[in-house]
Amino acid sequence: MSMKRQKIIRLTLTYLVVLVMFIIILYPLAWIIGSSFNPGQSLSGSSIIPKNATLAHYKELFDMEKSNYVYWYLNSLKVSILTMIFTVILVCLTAYSFSRYRFVGRKNGLVTFLILQMIPNFAALIAIYILATLTKLIDTHLGLILVYVGGQIPMNTWLMKGYLDTIPKELDESAKIDGAGHLRIFFQIVMPLATPIIAVVALFAFIAPFADFIIASILLRTEKNYTLAVGLYDLVAKQFGAEFTTFAAGAVLIAVPIAILFLSFQRFFVSGLTAGGTKG
Amino acid sequence: MSKGEVSYTTSHRKKALALSIIPGLGQIYNKQILKGVSFLILSAAFILVFKDLLNIGLWGLVTLGEIPFEDHSIFLLVYGILALIVVIFGLGFYLFNLRDAYKVGKKRDTHEPISTMKEQYRNLVDNGFPYLIMSPGFLLLVFVVIFPIIFVILLAFTNYDLYHSPPAKLVDWVGLKNFVEIFKVDMWRQTFFSVLAWTLVWTFVATTFQVALGIFLAIIVNQKDVKGKAIMRTVFILPWAVPAFVSILVFAGMFNESFGAINRDILGFFGIDGLPWMTEPMFTRLALILIQTWLGFPFIFAMVTGVLQSIPQDLYEAATVDGASNLQKFKNITLPLVLFATAPVLITQYTFNFNNFNIIYLFNGGGPAISGQNAGGTDILISWIYRLTMTSAQYSKAATLTMLLSIIVITVAIWQFRRTKSFQEEDMM
Repeated sequence: MSMKRQKIIRLTLTYLVVLVMFIIILYPLAWIIGSSFNPGQSLSGSSIIPKNATLAHYKELFDMEKSNYVYWYLNSLKVSILTMIFTVILVCLTAYSFSRYRFVGRKNGLVTFLILQMIPNFAALIAIYILATLTKLIDTHLGLILVYVGGQIPMNTWLMKGYLDTIPKELDESAKIDGAGHLRIFFQIVMPLATPIIAVVALFAFIAPFADFIIASILLRTEKNYTLAVGLYDLVAKQFGAEFTTFAAGAVLIAVPIAILFLSFQRFFVSGLTAGGTKG
Repeated sequence: MSKGEVSYTTSHRKKALALSIIPGLGQIYNKQILKGVSFLILSAAFILVFKDLLNIGLWGLVTLGEIPFEDHSIFLLVYGILALIVVIFGLGFYLFNLRDAYKVGKKRDTHEPISTMKEQYRNLVDNGFPYLIMSPGFLLLVFVVIFPIIFVILLAFTNYDLYHSPPAKLVDWVGLKNFVEIFKVDMWRQTFFSVLAWTLVWTFVATTFQVALGIFLAIIVNQKDVKGKAIMRTVFILPWAVPAFVSILVFAGMFNESFGAINRDILGFFGIDGLPWMTEPMFTRLALILIQTWLGFPFIFAMVTGVLQSIPQDLYEAATVDGASNLQKFKNITLPLVLFATAPVLITQYTFNFNNFNIIYLFNGGGPAISGQNAGGTDILISWIYRLTMTSAQYSKAATLTMLLSIIVITVAIWQFRRTKSFQEEDMM
């Protein structure tokens, strides 16, 4: 009997913990969704389930004359997608040459990449700021994308090189004997086999610029050029209490699509990050 | 003439090497006319194109300018670094030229056939291919990552700040003065050590909490007789799925002292007076640790769940047969396996939080302010550097602190990588 009682106690405690965690996780999310439907600009007198729910704040965000929110959204998508494309191209090329060729300087190159991936690329933010000013790349998305892509290369090169190393070299050697050139081996033999890791790198390269605040806040100067992170912070920091409900609507519009996207790609994330951790 | 013999009848290699002091001549001497001519043209072009940059840059790097308003020290510093990079590339090419002349000369001395034009072309394609395809990424890396790092390192040895700001004033080299000041001047020393202490406490406590909670939840959800695993797993992943900057800003609203839900709804419900979350450093720190735990545990949870599902069931069955209790099974089977499989990732979580700028800055701007120091009460090193750069224009001090921070991070990271297996693999390098 005691076995059974033990089991009941254990399961009850488990469900209790899970319940508490559900509340802790869902309460902030419910609060922000509720706030976004609350009438009025500030939160005083608001409640999670608003009495006179309104879509006014969402409409306000899409009013291009009053709000830059749509610009921010498009900017973020543009920067993230372009960063993703360039990162994938450059990382494929560097990782492939590190994995498949033995050339002078390879060892030093790998060690350099290893050290560079340890230093967060915003550590040199003063330099990035001054350089961008000098090259007139300040307040442009091009400058931002270049910094993001450069920062992504070392870590993702290691990640992808680790994966490419597991694709047997006999494959490209036999192709070489059959007369395939360098480019042909790269495009038609190795890259198709590397699709899973390309997906992981693409995902990382998309998410990182989307979530970045620090570099974007240094480089972007005019409100229309802001990305979502900078814009949303601006919305909050300027007049905190005063525009909180608008902010809430903006936050919901980011969180929902990203969360859905994320949950559908979740497997990739876990496998990618674990691989990145063990492979260096 | 047999191989391995040291005496040569001719000395083409020495002559070629000597002639190669002017790039190309050695190759021409070795009868590789085309290669030699292209080397000559290349080096002439190099000197012509970069003459001015090298001249100004190297002069600027040494002096940092001499006349205010005319010489801009920071521009000169940038040109100087560019000149340095160009010099390094140039030297690389020069050495390659010497080596090539010597090698081909040696081949002639040993009467080996010198590769023909066609072979040279093939060689160039085969050996040059890896360089060719990685050059775009490498160049970007040089200008976007390596260049700024060199710049910061050099800046740490100057007096660049609000009072030494070009174009009105010149910046000067000051040697180790910045480092000395951080450790000698009271205001800097106290701020540095209090920020460093909080950075370490923050890194350790917040990360440990999120790791412990993630492992704990993964284990209890993974119990065989728990129902509704799918929905639990989805909900537990949610904090990770929402972009962190959104969640942090939402929490900043929730912890707001006047209208936030924590003070008004939750503590009010229990009849507790509102707490000074944003104005009292201790409370802000507590809030930050709680929020980071909320944000960070799902990743650990997802990862550990994966590991748990791969632990073979017979281990537990064997333990049950041997009469092990649940606690014993956990301590001797589950925990060691989980920790072993996830250790490298757990360490990266610590380094991540060490530099977790977003949460500190977005939650309360590193504040609240504390009297007697120029960092906020919750500033960690990286956000303090940001504050010094963006608000008080203490560029050289910020650069110095960046160097100190990088040394810490790199030391930890190297220690970590030396322990991981992949670093020791034969073919990795």
